[in-house]
Amino acid sequence: MTADPIGVPLMRVTTERDRCVGSGQCAMLSPEVFDQDDEGLVTVLQEEPADELREGVLQAADLCPSRSIRVHG
Amino acid sequence: MKERVVVVGASAGGLTVAEALRRAGYEGAITLVGDEAEPPYDRPPLSKHLLSGQWEPDRLALRSEADLAASEVELRLGVPASGLDLGARTLTLADGARLTYDSLVVATGVRARRLPGTDGVDGVHTLRTLHDALALRDRLRPGRRLVVVGAGFLGTEVAAVARALGVEVTLVESAAVPLAAAVGEAAGLFLTGLHREHGVEVRTGATVAGIMSAEGRVTGVRLTDAAGASVVPADDVLVAIGCTPNTEWLADSGLSVQDGLECDEYCVAAPGVYGVGDVARWYNPLFGTAMRVEHRTNATEQAMAVARRVARPEERQPFAPVPYFWSDQYDGRFQAHGHLRGHDEALVLDSDLAQRRLLVVYRTGDRITGVLGAGVPPKALRTWRGFVATRTPWQEALARPRAAAVPTG
Ligand SMILES: Cc1cc2nc3c(=O)[nH]c(=O)nc-3n(C[C@H](O)[C@H](O)[C@H](O)COP(=O)(O)OP(=O)(O)OC[C@H]3O[C@@H](n4cnc5c(N)ncnc54)[C@H](O)[C@@H]3O)c2cc1C
Ligand code: SF4
Repeated sequence: MTADPIGVPLMRVTTERDRCVGSGQCAMLSPEVFDQDDEGLVTVLQEEPADELREGVLQAADLCPSRSIRVHG
Repeated sequence: MKERVVVVGASAGGLTVAEALRRAGYEGAITLVGDEAEPPYDRPPLSKHLLSGQWEPDRLALRSEADLAASEVELRLGVPASGLDLGARTLTLADGARLTYDSLVVATGVRARRLPGTDGVDGVHTLRTLHDALALRDRLRPGRRLVVVGAGFLGTEVAAVARALGVEVTLVESAAVPLAAAVGEAAGLFLTGLHREHGVEVRTGATVAGIMSAEGRVTGVRLTDAAGASVVPADDVLVAIGCTPNTEWLADSGLSVQDGLECDEYCVAAPGVYGVGDVARWYNPLFGTAMRVEHRTNATEQAMAVARRVARPEERQPFAPVPYFWSDQYDGRFQAHGHLRGHDEALVLDSDLAQRRLLVVYRTGDRITGVLGAGVPPKALRTWRGFVATRTPWQEALARPRAAAVPTG
């Protein structure tokens, strides 16, 4: 796992696109980190988002109806 | 004594409440009671990947065994709650156990309605549980004849999966246009057209007069429609005519359970009692109306709102979401945001069956209250959803530059 300059470990975001149902909850809750492709499937814009985005990322992971989003760290 | 939250119903809603409470720092005891014996699993894939055979049940688990064990939630699975004494803040389970609580969360969901007189007839199915889905899946073989009663989103999803598996499907609907009351005539006709193109026999304006059986096994469905009486032969019948909230266990509690557990805008049914998910009818201030929605995302959102409320009672916030649901039909997906039912106008902005593209927006009063789309770019749908969330007046929403909001082609 990488660390930011002051040594705080960053979180890492992964998705399982074969589960995604294209609901867009993630892109609405955390637009800095998630988007949808033309089919509506999730794409990750930043795999290691900064800590101030954590709240939104965790919310997206919780509210994703297909449980496609995993947050590590 | 340590504080205790008891959550009844161990599925998407109930499990999320328990976990979100822990995440919010709740330090009391949490007990999660569920009548199904299986560890919590997800339902939408039951009529999709599981029914089609793409997924096996293990992919439906809402949590791994390890996560459940680590969550510090006491699980009581395989036993239903049977009664509630509000005054004594005590819940009774069917095995006689009594649980006292400081806060109670009701997340008991709904169950499928049945056709009267079909209990015990082999081959007549409903679809709500994993067990139901596996039993139906077992029967879907090329050349078999399936009659689906009820052309709602569940019935039509199953029709689509069954067709893909080579099953002969008849879809029976009592309304003249399927789903017209929910999503409007145009969307209902679009859906009907889609199924006809895929070889489904769609019988609208037809009511079921009876189920025929021989030696305890279904053989056909007797229908009545404008043309008179007829019989559709069947190897199996799926009854998909809607659901009933699981509130019988609350019947003597004094809580109001007309069509679901009645709650206010904070999802509170009585002091210390909350409703979550499919079973809860609550007042949604965004639309100024009480609603009960059977959508997967609502169960999670409402669960998180209730958990926040229980963990931090001082942060009172009404639960005012824009409901969302999706439905997979063949290789396409319908998605809707908002409160579509009871709309005054459904305006079709785009409809092209050959391209599998549909976009409808809904007006209630002078506001835009919903959007339904299929084959529409996700950003366009999100734009319309934004109008719904911000209570945009109808004329204003329609007048906005719609380069992004209306697909071209
Ligand atoms: C086949 C199928 C397909 C679906 N597809 C979609 C879809 O594509 N999109 C969408 O948005 N939504 C879909 N849904 C709806 C979605 O699954 C529900 O909205 C969601 O499951 C609601 O969660 P819940 O926790 O409120 O209720 P439920 O999932 O119904 O869970 C309630 C739990 O409580 C238990 N229970 C009941 N009574 C008692 C009692 N007395 N004591 C203890 N436990 C009790 C029940 O057995 C159940 O385990 C689908 C549902 C089904 C069945
Ligand atoms: S919230 Fe989940 S299902 Fe919805 S688009 Fe994002 S990853 Fe896909």
